[in-house]
Amino acid sequence: MPTATEDKGMAERSMGLGLRWLNRLAGSDLLDRIRIRKQVERALFTGTKTGFRSATAAGRTFKAAQKLGRPARQAPSKPRSLFDISPDDEQQMLQEGVRDFAETKVRPVAGEADADRTTAPELLAQANELGINMLGVPEELGGVMHEQAAVTSVLIGEALAHGDMGIAYAALAPGAVATAIGHWGTAEQEATYLPAFTGEDTPAAALAMLEPKPLFDPLALDTKARRDGSDWVLDGVKSLVARPGDCELFIVAAEAEGLGPALFVIESGTSGLSTEPEPAMGLRPAATGRLVLEDVRLPASALMAEGEREAYVECVQRARVAWCSLAVGATQAVLDYVIPYVNDRTAFGEPISNRQAVAFGVSDIGIESDGMRLATYRAASRADQGQDFARESALARQLCAKKGMQIGSEGVQLLGGHGFVKDHPVERWYRDLRAAGVMEGALLV
Amino acid sequence: MINLEIPKKFKPLVSQANQVAQEVFRPISRKYDEAEHSYPKELDMLASLIDGMNEGSDSGAGAAGVRRESNGNGDDGNRNGSNLSTVLGIIELCWGDVGLLLSMPRQGLGNSAIASVASEEQLEQYGGKWAAMAITEPEAGSDSASIRTTADLSGDEYVLNGEKIFVTSGDRADLIVVWATLDRKIGRAAIKSFIVERDNPGLKLDRLEHKLGIRASDTANFTLQNCRVPKEALLGDPEVNTKQGFGGAMQTFDNTRPLVAGMAVGVARASLEETRKRLAEAGVEIDYDVPALGQSAAAARYLEMEADYEAALLLTLQAAWMADNGKPNSLQASMAKAKAGRTCVDVCLGCVELCGSVGYAENDLLEKWARDAKILDIFEGTQQIQLLIVARQLLNKNSSELR
Repeated sequence: MPTATEDKGMAERSMGLGLRWLNRLAGSDLLDRIRIRKQVERALFTGTKTGFRSATAAGRTFKAAQKLGRPARQAPSKPRSLFDISPDDEQQMLQEGVRDFAETKVRPVAGEADADRTTAPELLAQANELGINMLGVPEELGGVMHEQAAVTSVLIGEALAHGDMGIAYAALAPGAVATAIGHWGTAEQEATYLPAFTGEDTPAAALAMLEPKPLFDPLALDTKARRDGSDWVLDGVKSLVARPGDCELFIVAAEAEGLGPALFVIESGTSGLSTEPEPAMGLRPAATGRLVLEDVRLPASALMAEGEREAYVECVQRARVAWCSLAVGATQAVLDYVIPYVNDRTAFGEPISNRQAVAFGVSDIGIESDGMRLATYRAASRADQGQDFARESALARQLCAKKGMQIGSEGVQLLGGHGFVKDHPVERWYRDLRAAGVMEGALLV
Repeated sequence: MINLEIPKKFKPLVSQANQVAQEVFRPISRKYDEAEHSYPKELDMLASLIDGMNEGSDSGAGAAGVRRESNGNGDDGNRNGSNLSTVLGIIELCWGDVGLLLSMPRQGLGNSAIASVASEEQLEQYGGKWAAMAITEPEAGSDSASIRTTADLSGDEYVLNGEKIFVTSGDRADLIVVWATLDRKIGRAAIKSFIVERDNPGLKLDRLEHKLGIRASDTANFTLQNCRVPKEALLGDPEVNTKQGFGGAMQTFDNTRPLVAGMAVGVARASLEETRKRLAEAGVEIDYDVPALGQSAAAARYLEMEADYEAALLLTLQAAWMADNGKPNSLQASMAKAKAGRTCVDVCLGCVELCGSVGYAENDLLEKWARDAKILDIFEGTQQIQLLIVARQLLNKNSSELR
């Protein structure tokens, strides 16, 4: 019988050797004598924990263009007097454009993007050309939407996620930063950063709120911002950030000393900022990773909305609505995929859809998906009209988390074993739809 | 322009209906739950009031108002009409008491049938009367195409023979809309509805049911024995059109299912509101911004139920809005009915569980609402029938493929 040591693979054995060497090193007082113990320990910690943590990208230099006296803001839409579920003409045009893009450009490459854990930059550039990332930029700063565009954002998120939820996350993540600055940025932040989002070469950017811990609550953050003179110094870890290594700009949620949870604008390349890969169950085309903040020193001007709690809470709510829109699109994709499948697939001499057990599963997908959609539309429409939407965004999230996952699961179930293998996209949607109940921040309407 | 709020112009109606529910229905809710089969006389005055409210306006508070419309009244062709206003009124009234709403004179489902398919002459003749609906038979419930009650043309009259059960307000109404077949061999296409006066000597009341809930509303069983009605009592087209199939008779349901969904939404909201109050007394506050799983189990459960309620409400308003705008809505009407019916039962039973003995005892109305709720997932098409209709539409199947 081989001994335990003999049975170990090469990798394990070399790790064992390494540990032995490390132990000797740690026990020697050489490190203390030359005063590098701390640095070595940190390097080791980082090296073993992540394998390959890296600095954030060396981004462009953001310079304040013409600065307005006060921040520009999109106006709330006029209060609407009638009940209506039809998008207006402009929204329909945008929706059709994105639907077409999702069907012809996104869906065909979704499996590959999922496997490679990346979305082709050309595809993201094409998506960006549709104008999807500047919906929250005020007109005065080069935006195209005069009024607030939560409903429009929802329609676009839904249409794009019908192609693929992970690619939708990658494509829409920079827009969340633009929208956040358009809503809660200071005049200086708007003048400095928004022009980059209205030109051709828009930066990758991410709104990092989620943290790696169970029962994460966006109102009780572990990431801290402490005051040091007029500066802020941030420490913490952010989770499931889209393409963090490519980002040139971050908005980070942190508990600001004396203020409560707040948003900070941070340019990539800032000292103390690093990223590490964090591959997940789904959303893989977004190349999710962690953003690590260690003594990240920021000027006072990095704080958004003067740290007002109201602005931060609105950001949490708008993000929830945005994730709902992606879940709605993905569940519609499930429905559209299973219908022809169960009609074509025969068993016991007839299409399986002739059986109520199968057919009722399809009915429930249709019913719950439509309910999710309407709840999401209602929350977004209230946001646009300047009405409180705490309740509506929470209920939409609750629905999308629960029913979205049920639909993801039922989609695989209806295909049986075929649903479990990668020949069909339903297993990917199953993995992606779990995100609807997990993600906070990251996207905005 | 997407907007899923209650339209401004219906806010007075909603507020009036809510006051009726609060001031008229709630105080007598328990009384008529206990005194099953006694007529809630308090409703007579109220019914007159509602007739007055409906007069000359397109915003009805009862089931009588629904009729398909096609012209727009918004600046973009969007219309909010009687289907939406009626469903909004019903939600409020059922927040008060669903059994009492079902007992409202002149607001029966038979009235909806008449409003949906009656000719101008019939509207004139039967308008202003209280009409019940008789479809179900001892051997045919959900399978309404196989009803056995027959209608034979004899001179200028139809002669009806058969047995009808589960007729809501059957004993109290002035008229009963009876479904019968002109020829059992032909099937669906031969099924027509006939207006029968309650005092017709051929219509014999067999008994009133004792029920789990909606005890304020009486439920009658009848025998039709050589029951003669004039030729003009047939609703809709007297010709047997096999191409059109069941559509004629069934089209009423596209209008009435959202109303019954609205009843379920109203009862569910009553339970949720009462439970929220009770939970607050017990020190549990619902926070919409903190993730549900970070709150107490009771709060998380409440949020889950309220989310289902929200979906049910919006699906119901969607179906009614589509009817107002002349959009085919039989898929959405059944979706709304399925979601609202099952949500109402889940929510009301969940609220009793959350409130413990306070919910279960008769001191409060929570246990009553939980008993009332069950019928809403059964009548006007059971949960299973709604799922069947939804599935056939989504999968593009007929009733012989997906049975």
